[in-house]
Amino acid sequence: MRASSARLLGVEGVTVRFGGVTALDGVSLDVAAGTVHGVIGPNGAGKTTLFNVVCGFVPAAEGAVMLRDKRLRRTRPHDLAGLGIARTVQGLGLFGGLTVLENVLVGARGHQRSSALGALLGLPGSARDERRLAERAEAVLAELDIARWRGALPGVLPHGVRKRVALARALVAEPELLMLDEPAAGLSEVEIEDLVALLRGLTDRTSVLLVEHHMDMVMRVCDHITVLDFGRVIADGPPAVVRADPAVLTAYLGTAG
Amino acid sequence: MPALVRHLLWALLALVLVVALSLVIDPFTNVRLASVGYYLLAVAGLTVLTGLTGQVSLGHGAFLFLGAYTVGLLVIHAPALPIWVDLLAAAAVSGIAGALTGAAAARLHGPYLAGATLALAVGLPAVTQRFPELLGGSNGLGFTVSSLPPGLVGVVPTTRWQAWVVWATALLALVVLANLTTGPLGRQMRAVRDDEVSAALAGVRVGRTKVLAFLISAVCGGLAGGLQAFLLGTAAPGSFTPALSLALLAAVVLGGTGSLWGALWGAVALVYLQAGAEEFAHGFDLPTDVANFLPQAVYGVVLIVVVLVLPNGVHGVLRKFSRRRKESTV
Ligand SMILES: Nc1ncnc2c1ncn2[C@@H]1O[C@H](COP(=O)(O)OP(=O)(O)OP(=O)(O)O)[C@@H](O)[C@H]1O
Ligand SMILES: [Mg+2]
Repeated sequence: MRASSARLLGVEGVTVRFGGVTALDGVSLDVAAGTVHGVIGPNGAGKTTLFNVVCGFVPAAEGAVMLRDKRLRRTRPHDLAGLGIARTVQGLGLFGGLTVLENVLVGARGHQRSSALGALLGLPGSARDERRLAERAEAVLAELDIARWRGALPGVLPHGVRKRVALARALVAEPELLMLDEPAAGLSEVEIEDLVALLRGLTDRTSVLLVEHHMDMVMRVCDHITVLDFGRVIADGPPAVVRADPAVLTAYLGTAG
Repeated sequence: MPALVRHLLWALLALVLVVALSLVIDPFTNVRLASVGYYLLAVAGLTVLTGLTGQVSLGHGAFLFLGAYTVGLLVIHAPALPIWVDLLAAAAVSGIAGALTGAAAARLHGPYLAGATLALAVGLPAVTQRFPELLGGSNGLGFTVSSLPPGLVGVVPTTRWQAWVVWATALLALVVLANLTTGPLGRQMRAVRDDEVSAALAGVRVGRTKVLAFLISAVCGGLAGGLQAFLLGTAAPGSFTPALSLALLAAVVLGGTGSLWGALWGAVALVYLQAGAEEFAHGFDLPTDVANFLPQAVYGVVLIVVVLVLPNGVHGVLRKFSRRRKESTV
């Protein structure tokens, strides 16, 4: 048995309410290490909210989030990198005034060893650290084939390239869990093919938790899929099983029975 | 070449230029040269805050006030202390005030932050009226700083020496600011400015970064105020009106927000537009109330013109030209 069956992330009976809206209603799921885990569901099903609970942006009224055997309590967003979690946001969330390389360098923040004082005084240790981060960032840029845009501002780049910059910024942190909110949104079919290949190639380094609307892609890239509808888990299993589930068909096609 | 070495070399070159310049100009112009030095420091500190983290301070004069009074009080009550200790104290007092302001400011955005800092610039100098015994009321404090090393007495005129001290201090602080803007800290500050959520997700401590920017900026302001007190031998509330705070922010915009070179152009403009307008007013024998406001009016008009014609400030234009030249020579 592969080590990949170990649980990396556990969501246990999480409920989130916004005023009268119950965005998540007792949701549980397990992300196994070394897998790509998809979360799908119609608009407003609670997918982004699920991400936000894991990241500590939104508190859970009930339930728990476990990383391995440790319960995450009051996680603050800036703690995530230290916990080995990187996330892209729905939309792009790139730093518009920073070059592509600088965007990725900010993502490598967790690997920075020198102190703020060292950086202010320009100590040699800090300069070495910068070079090390730059090497890491360049490697990721090359891997995602966007190195030639390293000096450009994101605003002038095609959408597909920008999506990759966002991905590079998350990957450079070398996370154990990579959380991607709609990475295929707005991509062409060719670009989606590249993304599928890329994500499949990541599983020996990191686990991926993926929210995505592009059904065909989700079915091909995921090892395991959780389906949400109105904040509830209505199906959970390997792609083949989920695809055949009548409850999923109902939720997506709106047909009764 | 490592960034630190490059920044130190620039600073050394600048100091050599300043010393050379100070040898050929009269004492009066030396005082002006020194004024450009401390305004450069204040504007550079503010441009880091505003340009890098996007926090607008309408009250930076308050930090200059703190620095000037710290130096004034120490010179009067602890005359044995060397001037560099006084200046360090000015930086520390102002830095603490900056950190406190920053901590409060981290919860405020846009107009609310601007309003809160403006209140600081209005309120703090008024404290002098509450403690006239200690702080000298509206006349402020007068004192003489004798820092000229014994070996140089009679050799170097005081104003020249003062210009050297002001510029050496300002340039040392600018080396730190240059390390900041070109290094990881500056990058994180700009990331916070562009997208706080994404910055936090990358592991940047957003609140702490903003407070640090305020602290650094206030240290520069305090040092600048301390240098002004050292230079002029006075610290009076009338020098730290909200008009000063606005002029500093205007100098930031005029030079090119976020750029240290821009801070230099801004500081030169601040000193020389003011002086030029004053001379103009005297030359035309204008009534005093008109003459008093003329410098500010001229400054305001120039600022509006610059913002309309050069949206990236003076530095933005110079950079464009130097790029073009580089490209055409390649
Ligand atoms: N901050 C918030 N305040 C109030 N309601 C919210 C908030 N965030 C989400 N909701 C509500 O919670 C529900 C789930 O929203 P969520 O964004 O998680 O859906 P989603 O599955 O990501 O949808 P989409 O596919 O459109 O991105 C929706 O009804 C939404 O209106
Ligand atoms: Mg969503």
